[in-house]
Amino acid sequence: MNKTVNHKAWFLVLPVLVLVAFSAVIPLMTVVNYSVQDTFGNNQFFWAGLEWFDEMLHSDRMWNALGRQLMFSGIILAIEVPLGIFVALNMPKSGFWASFCLVLMSLPLLIPWNVVGTIWQVFGRVDIGLLGRTLESLGIDYNYTQSPLAAWVTIVVMDVWHWTSLVALLAYAGLKSIPDAYYQAAKIDQASRWKVFRYIELPKMAGVLMIAILLRFMDSFMIYTEPFVVTGGGPGNATTLLSIDLVKMALGQFDLGPAAAFSIMYFLVILLISWVFYTVMTNLDKKGM
Amino acid sequence: MAKITLDNLAHSYLPNPRGEEDFALKQMTHDWQDGGAYALLGSSGCGKSTLLNIISGLLIPSQGRVLFDGHDVTHAPTAERNIAQVFQFPVVYDTMTVRDNLAFPLRNRGRDETYVAERVQEIARMIGMEDQLRRKCSGLTADAKQKISLGRGMVRKDVNALLFDEPLTVIDPHMKWELRTQLKKLHHDFGHTMIYVTHDQTEALTFADKVVVMYDGRVVQIGTPEELFERPEHTFVGYFIGSPGMNVIPAKVDGTRAYINGSHFDLGAGYRAMEGKVEIGVRPEFARLSTSEGLPVKVRRVEDAGRHKIIRADFFGHDINIVAGEDESIGPDMTRVRFDPAHVNVYRDDWRVAPEGEAA
Repeated sequence: MNKTVNHKAWFLVLPVLVLVAFSAVIPLMTVVNYSVQDTFGNNQFFWAGLEWFDEMLHSDRMWNALGRQLMFSGIILAIEVPLGIFVALNMPKSGFWASFCLVLMSLPLLIPWNVVGTIWQVFGRVDIGLLGRTLESLGIDYNYTQSPLAAWVTIVVMDVWHWTSLVALLAYAGLKSIPDAYYQAAKIDQASRWKVFRYIELPKMAGVLMIAILLRFMDSFMIYTEPFVVTGGGPGNATTLLSIDLVKMALGQFDLGPAAAFSIMYFLVILLISWVFYTVMTNLDKKGM
Repeated sequence: MAKITLDNLAHSYLPNPRGEEDFALKQMTHDWQDGGAYALLGSSGCGKSTLLNIISGLLIPSQGRVLFDGHDVTHAPTAERNIAQVFQFPVVYDTMTVRDNLAFPLRNRGRDETYVAERVQEIARMIGMEDQLRRKCSGLTADAKQKISLGRGMVRKDVNALLFDEPLTVIDPHMKWELRTQLKKLHHDFGHTMIYVTHDQTEALTFADKVVVMYDGRVVQIGTPEELFERPEHTFVGYFIGSPGMNVIPAKVDGTRAYINGSHFDLGAGYRAMEGKVEIGVRPEFARLSTSEGLPVKVRRVEDAGRHKIIRADFFGHDINIVAGEDESIGPDMTRVRFDPAHVNVYRDDWRVAPEGEAA
């Protein structure tokens, strides 16, 4: 068959190109543009080269925020993944209660971020919040506006409350796809509960769990609204995660150059970590865990 | 190895079964001999798998008892019954190597590693996978995986029974033959009690010493392949086994004669007069077309099945099949059919009636 060469065909790609340009490329390039320039106001910009990148790489502020961010993502993954699997394993497999649990589990996922933040902000308040008042009356020193530990516990618990369902639902879908014969065979082979989990359930869930971990990592690494509403990054800088710090820098202090350099590095870090996750986990998958 | 006794066993999937039709498995009492190779044969939904799962302990029957060598195991969990089961779709532990898969049932029972290694080697040789022991199971073909599940079923020497639930469904035809032969050999060598569920009559007849035919939740006949062919106890056995199945024709039976639409022919034995739905059953192999002998028949079609011919004919308004030899020529003058009297069975309400003089 002869291939017809018709360069007009390129026009068919144009709509997508325009869409992607406006939604991703141009905004990103604006950021790149800011990151290599300096301004003293009046919309006058001067070429600054890689100065901002250099500054950001040597800024304790950014490294501290990155440290806090990694700690946050690490903690919530370490809690949400096992907890989600545990919940999925204990959910009824069929009948009314299965549907009931599914609906119940999806509820937190449907609540907007700032509402979740507000709920917990009020819930944890020592003067009027149910949680804050209860803890205080039990004699536990809990005040998320003053104690960094209390602030951390609050935002971690809030995230676990909001997102464990996602992991549980994905794990549940993985579990449901296992045919009964596997469990029957395991019974006949006299496999212990742990071995059933280790050799049947976990391998069958591996695929969806990988997606769950990736989603939860990316989402938590970019988290802004919820901790911002609850703690505003405080007390001090205790809960100033990367995006909170970025917004402070860009919109609070109007340091466009450093903030732009910061965002680009932030973006690259997310890309890098996601890629590493993905590569490691698909390789594990290929080897069959 | 054990004798399996089903004592007044019945099962319903409904919590409060009322009539007999609520039971997936109707009440039955049977003894299955130690070391026998049984095939459970029946069409889909006849209760074969229900029965198998009751024996393996995956299902607790609604009534009756299951005994292994006289011990009541009705409520014993699967692990305690010490049986092995191979399922329709291969069940292997994907993340383990072939070796670990085969060793799994032994290790779970705490056998020492030297024994395990020895057994695994032996089984691997049996299923022809010695050179693949180190491989992970995840990338293997369905055939290979099913061979591993067979192997896992056989790795324990002391099992009371080996149960197979249509294990060759996913296997290629040529492999089917090979695996079935291997199973047969294993049975011969080790003498395990084996129960093999299938809806494929060839599979059942080649594998088993005794075929248990099930129909609508009932065991309708237990017999050798020959018995099932010669003397089907139920019209279902007649048409389920054989290709094509037995011809079943409504008739009146009186003494040594059967009457169909006023015409009559001789039966091989005498029968008492009967009430109810009376039919005669004759296998296509025992019917012959002829020019002069027998009752009138109209040939509609002749099919060549290779080694024999199948004649589709109209017999007093009933469709019947006749098998003729490959070399027999079927002419237009062949308008009569004769049934071999020794091979005509009489059925009343679908169950075979023993002729007078034969022990029922």
